[in-house]
Amino acid sequence: MTISNMTDIDGNNAAHQAKLLVCNRLGLHARAAARIASLAQEHQAKIILEKNGLQADAKSILEILSLGCGPGTMVQVRVQGPEAGEALQALQELFRLRFGES
Amino acid sequence: MAPEAWPQNKVLKGIAASPGIIIAPAHVLADRNRVQVFYRYLGSRHQVAEEQERFREAIIRTQQELSRSKEAIPEDFREHAYIVDTHLLILQDRLLLDETLRLIQEETINAEWALKQAVKEAQKLFGQIADSYIRSRVQDIEDVSERIMRHLTGTNPSSFTNFKEPVIIVAQNLSPVDTTQMSLERVQGFITEMGGKTSHIAIMAQSLRIPAVVGLENAVREIDTGYTLVLDGLSGTVIINPDVETMSIYLGRKKQFENFKAEINRSSFLPAVTLDDYPTRILANIEFQDELDLVLDYGADGIGLYRTEFLYLRQHYLPTEEELFEDYKTVAHIMKPKPVTIRTLDIGGDKFASYSQYVHEMNPALGLRAIRFSLKEQQVFRSQLRAILRASAFGAVRIMFPLISGVQEVLAARQMLEEIKAELRQEGLTFDSQIPVGVMIEVPAAVMLADLLAQEADFFSIGTNDLIQYALAIDRGNKYVAEMYQPLHPAVLRMVKHVVDTAHAADIPVAMCGEMAGDPLYTPILLGLGVDELSMNVTSIPVVKRIVRMATLEEAKEFANQVLQLGSIDAVTSLVTNFMARRFPEVFMFGRELVNSNY
Repeated sequence: MTISNMTDIDGNNAAHQAKLLVCNRLGLHARAAARIASLAQEHQAKIILEKNGLQADAKSILEILSLGCGPGTMVQVRVQGPEAGEALQALQELFRLRFGES
Repeated sequence: MAPEAWPQNKVLKGIAASPGIIIAPAHVLADRNRVQVFYRYLGSRHQVAEEQERFREAIIRTQQELSRSKEAIPEDFREHAYIVDTHLLILQDRLLLDETLRLIQEETINAEWALKQAVKEAQKLFGQIADSYIRSRVQDIEDVSERIMRHLTGTNPSSFTNFKEPVIIVAQNLSPVDTTQMSLERVQGFITEMGGKTSHIAIMAQSLRIPAVVGLENAVREIDTGYTLVLDGLSGTVIINPDVETMSIYLGRKKQFENFKAEINRSSFLPAVTLDDYPTRILANIEFQDELDLVLDYGADGIGLYRTEFLYLRQHYLPTEEELFEDYKTVAHIMKPKPVTIRTLDIGGDKFASYSQYVHEMNPALGLRAIRFSLKEQQVFRSQLRAILRASAFGAVRIMFPLISGVQEVLAARQMLEEIKAELRQEGLTFDSQIPVGVMIEVPAAVMLADLLAQEADFFSIGTNDLIQYALAIDRGNKYVAEMYQPLHPAVLRMVKHVVDTAHAADIPVAMCGEMAGDPLYTPILLGLGVDELSMNVTSIPVVKRIVRMATLEEAKEFANQVLQLGSIDAVTSLVTNFMARRFPEVFMFGRELVNSNY
């Protein structure tokens, strides 16, 4: 798993990042995006999804949808702020479980 | 307007969204027209805060309305509740909420106009998305904004009365939230002006098994409440106030369709045997373990293609042998004694982060993928082969190698398989030492070498998607040539014949697992050419089985021979169409629609 932890000069505001693969059948469509946004809204940390240079705030379902991530897309995730590590872990779990889809 | 002045027998064409035929009176949701929105400049700055407050209140009321409708969703349709959740999230989304508040402030304009601008921006953003399914989700934004607009302008949302009589709902647009607000037991069909095959309403109608036609322009203008409608969700046709003759034609068609549907569902479990007792096998293609329920439901004779890529794509590390083993073992065990055909990895190196040096292939279809990748990255391949072999102790597992283009590749792969068998024996692990090994025929070179490959294989499986692409040099993703991708191309048919004849001469069976195998239009030809096993998506199984059970091997052979005489796609297509319409009229009329929907 390629997670790197970076600490800024103050040594507290840690940024966490990872590459995640969209591996459900329909891609980041309404239901999957809704799950991500709901999860992001439960965390204080700022979560940014990035694909081909386009960025989306994970708290915004519309921004997630607007990335247009079909199945098999690789998404770069950056998390910054309070409890960033936990937020990233939860997000990774959500991706791994294919957003709870059967 | 008096009934005698109503339009008679008027035919409208839309998009077939959910199969079935229904004749019932229309109920038009006329007040679903868009709320008229006007621009208003706020006289003074201090009105900004007031306007923003008014907008926030509308949001809260919309939120309450959505939450109520979510609670009202009947138990049976709970799976659709997520759509309401989606709408609740969109309602709070910063692209709508913050953007509207910002526009009210910065441009000193009314909330309605500001919201309209925010929606426009979102539409623009979505218009650029390549994925058509995700792109069409712009409809959700429009639904939500329409709802807010109604609260802003005080336009009463239409109350969905509980219909006393069966009706066909006609509307400009229907959100799934709307459908949860009506008494569905009386709703016989849906007609909407908006939407396409992947719109929520289409998906919803399919899962509710209610016929639907969408994308029917001017439906609301052309149809009035009380009109009698024929709704044909198979062809996308709507007929307004049909005359007696038309009505009886459609009643006949409806009956035919329903009989056909009942019949194929009944016979889906019966063996795929022709009228003259020739047994063939209909298997399923799957990608995920959780599809097994469907495989069993549809009466498949086994799994003809288990795609194994998923476990490799799921994580950023390679799956362990144990993970693979557990997965294959479960599938083998559930399907036992029916066969499970596991295809080894069929992806390109570009999918592996750790092999990113391969990412920039000019032409991935011709690149390092499938068996080529497996033979190069032997550690990856070995662990998969070990997992498959170990799983073979728990069911009727078969293994097949994709994208074989020469004998050497088969020999190399088999050599590794033998080494691993020896390893497992030493470790005292059990496996099926006679595990059948298949070669996929999907490269023209493999067709030409079929006689030699047959010496090294226990069975063939023709992968038509790739074979057609490589043989005809057509990239289906390229819209300029996509139409030339033709399974009925004489060259393709001759290749299939050659492969089957060669395999049978060497006494090994031939399967087919591409899309061609699951299209009912091709079933008689494939049967006649002697393909022993057809493997397809589960939804194709009942229809294809139906054809097999209604056909005789003798006529299929004769038909295949006739087809092989023809030199052009057009000639083949017209012969096939003709034959199917004559010999299997119901399949011809309804079969493909059923295969393509979630039935």
